Amino acid sequence: MVDNFKRSFLVALWFVFLTFPLMVVKVNTLKNIVEWRWINMLWVAIGAFVLSLVWRWAMARRQLKSKAAEIGEEGLVKPGLGQRLLEDPKVFKPVLIVLALVTIVFPLLVDIYQTNIMVLALIFVVLGLGLNITVGLAGLLDLGYVAFFAVGAYTYGVLNTFWGFGFWISLPIGGLMGALFGIALGFPILRLRGDYLAIVTLGFGSIAKIVIENWEEVFNGAKGIAGIPRPGFFGAEMNIASATTYTYYLMILMVLFTIFITNRLKDSRIGRAWMALREDEIACVAMGVDMARTKLSAYAFGAFWAGLVGVVFAARNTYINPNSFTFMESALVLSIVVMGGMGSIIGVIIAALVLILMPEYLRAFSEYRMLMFGAVMVLMMIFRPEGLIANVRRKYAGRTVKTEEANA
Amino acid sequence: MEYFLELSSSGLVRGSIYALIALGYTMVYGIIQLINFAHGEIYMIGAFVALIVSGVLTIYGFSGVSILILAGLIAVIYAAAYGYTLEKIAYRPLRNAPRLSPLISAIGMSLFLQNYVLLAQTPDFLPFPALIPDFDFMEPIAHIMGSAELVILVTSAVSMVALTVLIKYTRIGKAMRATQQDMTMARLVGVNVDNVISTTFIIGSVLAAIGGVLVGSYIGQINFYIGFMAGVKAFTAAVLGGIGNIPGAVLGAMVLGLTEAYAAGYISSAYEDVFAFGVLVLILILRPSGLLGKAVTQKV
Repeated sequence: MVDNFKRSFLVALWFVFLTFPLMVVKVNTLKNIVEWRWINMLWVAIGAFVLSLVWRWAMARRQLKSKAAEIGEEGLVKPGLGQRLLEDPKVFKPVLIVLALVTIVFPLLVDIYQTNIMVLALIFVVLGLGLNITVGLAGLLDLGYVAFFAVGAYTYGVLNTFWGFGFWISLPIGGLMGALFGIALGFPILRLRGDYLAIVTLGFGSIAKIVIENWEEVFNGAKGIAGIPRPGFFGAEMNIASATTYTYYLMILMVLFTIFITNRLKDSRIGRAWMALREDEIACVAMGVDMARTKLSAYAFGAFWAGLVGVVFAARNTYINPNSFTFMESALVLSIVVMGGMGSIIGVIIAALVLILMPEYLRAFSEYRMLMFGAVMVLMMIFRPEGLIANVRRKYAGRTVKTEEANA
Repeated sequence: MEYFLELSSSGLVRGSIYALIALGYTMVYGIIQLINFAHGEIYMIGAFVALIVSGVLTIYGFSGVSILILAGLIAVIYAAAYGYTLEKIAYRPLRNAPRLSPLISAIGMSLFLQNYVLLAQTPDFLPFPALIPDFDFMEPIAHIMGSAELVILVTSAVSMVALTVLIKYTRIGKAMRATQQDMTMARLVGVNVDNVISTTFIIGSVLAAIGGVLVGSYIGQINFYIGFMAGVKAFTAAVLGGIGNIPGAVLGAMVLGLTEAYAAGYISSAYEDVFAFGVLVLILILRPSGLLGKAVTQKV
């Protein structure tokens, strides 16, 4: 204990040194004034000391846990809340019913602003589920996923401004364009390994943004495309409030549709091929899985959802510009997938809701939210690397031979 | 012809800055197969510390070269300290985690550091003092290559030679090479792997900070976001040359810098990044493991 305090004290000293020039000194090079903010030094010292104590305690606990797992005492560890939500029908059913009710009445209870934010969160749910296919199931790292989102949004924007296409025609076109771009990106990088993939996809994301920004004639450059119509409902006139509510229900349906399809895909032949590819590429190819087709389809399916939901995004905002499609968005979607628990659908949904809604409702701390966001990402990876809700692999649930029978 | 030379010199300057940052990426990757996304942030912090120190020193009446040396030195020390702490907090606990975990942790750390500088200092661009003096002997060719450019080229060359010597001829260099080849085996023969990894981060951070100080004084302004794009470019350079390969990183950086300079000069500066990434994709299609990277045959 004393040792812990002593070490934390040293850590605090180290951080005081580390943060000194940035936290304490502030120079104004134009007026030649130096501002010394000594009070910050005190905060850093106290903060570092407390956090170091907490860190030590958490690390000790983590070590204990991994030791317990090594010895094989997993049976003693109670199944987590997430697991119980999924597996125990007694818990699962009422929760589902309550959730469904809340989802249906949600737009009636709150104002447009809240509904609008919820629509955004639902858009990210679909994005997360889409990227989950590429990263979570097929294990192909994609740092430029937002490019496909942009493809969808701009498909609607361009089709609408030049030819007056409506939302419902653009929706499937947007999805297909996304898939097409997914395949186009997938082709040159079929042979690349994980980390090379990361930088090429990152590059692809930046290229998409640069092209949109600079191609004035088609995409209207940095000014963006304005006046995109909201989704229509058989030509009915709608004011903003009812249009938002309508978009909300539309997104709910879309999320359900995405969950249904991705769930079915996961258990399909191609889904299992993706997972096999993720686990071991060589073994997978040796078993006769067509590597090129499997990888391309993973990109295409992932990009399809981004394109689809990109159209909805354009319709929701009625205005798009290249700044909505930066690396930050790609990183956000990737963190949704990883924090939710790679490959787990429920986890992705929860993570998307938390990560999108949390900053919106933490406006009070708006200055610090990105700082917190970064810190949470690091801490999650260290203390809960399997994500909020770990993906449970389906097990073969056939007859099990009891040991007594085997012995007899 | 003169325009071509001008572009070449600016390309080489860019290339050597990319190389200084790319070395950090490639060294870390070579040893622990981690893309250290926060590396660009270390470069940015180096530039900020240099700016702050030189500002304070100017006010207290120091001048000229003494500021350059002191600011550079303190920036390097701080960058090394940040690099060391970064590894200890964000990467060491994840040593045995799945491949994606440290990457996410790195992205988180990069966000954290960016916003930390934004909150502690300012979101605006800060004017960076021109620390590098104008040499008289550069006067005749100043239109092709200025003094600042010369200093950048020479400093990067010296740093790279020093790095090569360190890796080839010193004890810690030997340990680093051993760890790169086989971490478990290195540990078995008594190499303190944790120390080696910390040292790698420190060396990478020192090089990045040198790059940060040089760029700040060359371009004349910095803000909290400069690290991101520089980091992406440097990482591209490292991959281009074959990640994990030190001469490869320098070669890749030069190829990237020259490509960008020519693309910006002859075609359009708006599309220079497109060409940079285009070259990357092209080279990776032809040589999937980079220019100098060895093709690794996977064994089952």
